[in-house]
Amino acid sequence: MLEGLRAYRMIAGMWVRSGMTYRVSFVVTLFGNLVMTGLDFVGILLMFSQVDELAGWSLPEVAFLYAASVTSFGLAHLASGSMQQLGSRIRDGSFDVLLVRPVPVLAQVGGDRFSLRRLGRLAQGGAVLGWALVAADIDWTVSKVLLVPLMVVSGAAIFVAVFVAGAAFQIYAQDAAEVQNAFTYGGTTMLQYPPAVFGKDLVRGVTFVLPLAFVNWVPAAHVLGRPYPLALPGWVAFASPLVAAGCCALAGLAWRTGLRSYRSVGS
Amino acid sequence: MGSARLYLAVAARGFRRYASYRAATAAGVFTNTVFGLILVYTYLALWDERPDLGGYDQAQAVTYVWLGQCLFAALALQGGGVETELMERIRTGEIAVDLYRPADLQLWWLAGDLGRAAFQLLGRGVVPFLVGGLFFPTALPTRFDTWVWFAVALLLAALVSFGIRYLVALSVFWLLDGTGVSQVMMILGVFFSGMVLPLNVFPGGFGEVARALPWAAQLQVPADVLMGETAVAGAFAFQAMWAVLLLVAGRLVQSAATRRVVVQGG
Repeated sequence: MLEGLRAYRMIAGMWVRSGMTYRVSFVVTLFGNLVMTGLDFVGILLMFSQVDELAGWSLPEVAFLYAASVTSFGLAHLASGSMQQLGSRIRDGSFDVLLVRPVPVLAQVGGDRFSLRRLGRLAQGGAVLGWALVAADIDWTVSKVLLVPLMVVSGAAIFVAVFVAGAAFQIYAQDAAEVQNAFTYGGTTMLQYPPAVFGKDLVRGVTFVLPLAFVNWVPAAHVLGRPYPLALPGWVAFASPLVAAGCCALAGLAWRTGLRSYRSVGS
Repeated sequence: MGSARLYLAVAARGFRRYASYRAATAAGVFTNTVFGLILVYTYLALWDERPDLGGYDQAQAVTYVWLGQCLFAALALQGGGVETELMERIRTGEIAVDLYRPADLQLWWLAGDLGRAAFQLLGRGVVPFLVGGLFFPTALPTRFDTWVWFAVALLLAALVSFGIRYLVALSVFWLLDGTGVSQVMMILGVFFSGMVLPLNVFPGGFGEVARALPWAAQLQVPADVLMGETAVAGAFAFQAMWAVLLLVAGRLVQSAATRRVVVQGG
């Protein structure tokens, strides 16, 4: 485990140095990343130029949801390297190279093509989060102050689990890699809007089956003092780290199973 | 007449080439359906708050969402059509092979892209649209001629879409690397085609500008033609104007590129 983390750090560091070789290109793509991911928020701003509330939630409240979702997703995306592109590595046979190196494969895939320009998403998410925390009408308590960073970190861990599970899925269905976008990008988009917007069954699904709701919906409902559409006990708002740990364990299991059944294309 | 057959053959190959990736197509259908579902719920909430927003009623807003998911891949709204391959060929110098083919470069790639668009419309677009129509109230026309006008609007939209992407691809003759321009095209494409929010909801002067840009010809105009929200003749004129302008610009840039630029090679 420790050895894996060390290897991850070294591989990621190598890619950071390589990315920094072309400084102008790095700055431009970082900025592009910031603008591109920020357009979702511009969309929300445009919506609120026409309405005062969305399903009863005000702009700062929706901004809080948006920022929590984007920041968690941004952290996970940064940490997961080229996991999304695993399918193409399997197709061209370069995945085999990773298997013969004396380093855990997941650490290699996670560190592979590690790119700091993904900080763009994180930066704009963080900026919106800062604004939302000031602008939203929140009844601050000590536990709520602690809950915000806990929510972001747990949310990132949940998304990392989704990325790892997606990578495991690609071992089986190489061409169908796009399916995972529905859960990664689709997930982060859905979580930007109040849970009350969506149908009850959909909310149940992302609470109990694929627990994305613990990225931000459930803890944010507590911080903002908003009722959650499903009747959940109060302590659940603090359950995100537990959910994240469970997700990571399951994703790790899926990854192991996928790796065991991997068969090289032979090229 | 012989050359028409050539481009038809190129288009047919484009269609078949994309048709061979079945798993990828199924995956795309699934993803587009999920995104459509998410967007539909947010739009329903938005139109609950402000019925008649942007001149649409709820059923029309729902139709707009599913039309967007239907056309997303076919019109390559965020890129990902034949221009990625064209850029790669310019970068590696393989474009030299294309240039000494006894065929027109622009028409060759246009034909290939129309073939691709036709497949992605049928293979990737129809299912999400049907799912949307089945589970949500939509505002689809009952008159046959409206569907014919819609088909014409789609063809014009495909021309505009290619016109934009061809220009972007040709810039690689000078830039040598298409990553930056592709990213800019993606940003502009998603936002100004109205994938985030219908352009007729954009407020004030900003909205006026957005509705006059070529990206408006891709999703907003066909949607309005389908739902009878615009005069057909004016819509076609707007689309045709941008199509002609972009294709002529593409032709000019192409001749400048082939005359002045040294092909990369080795």
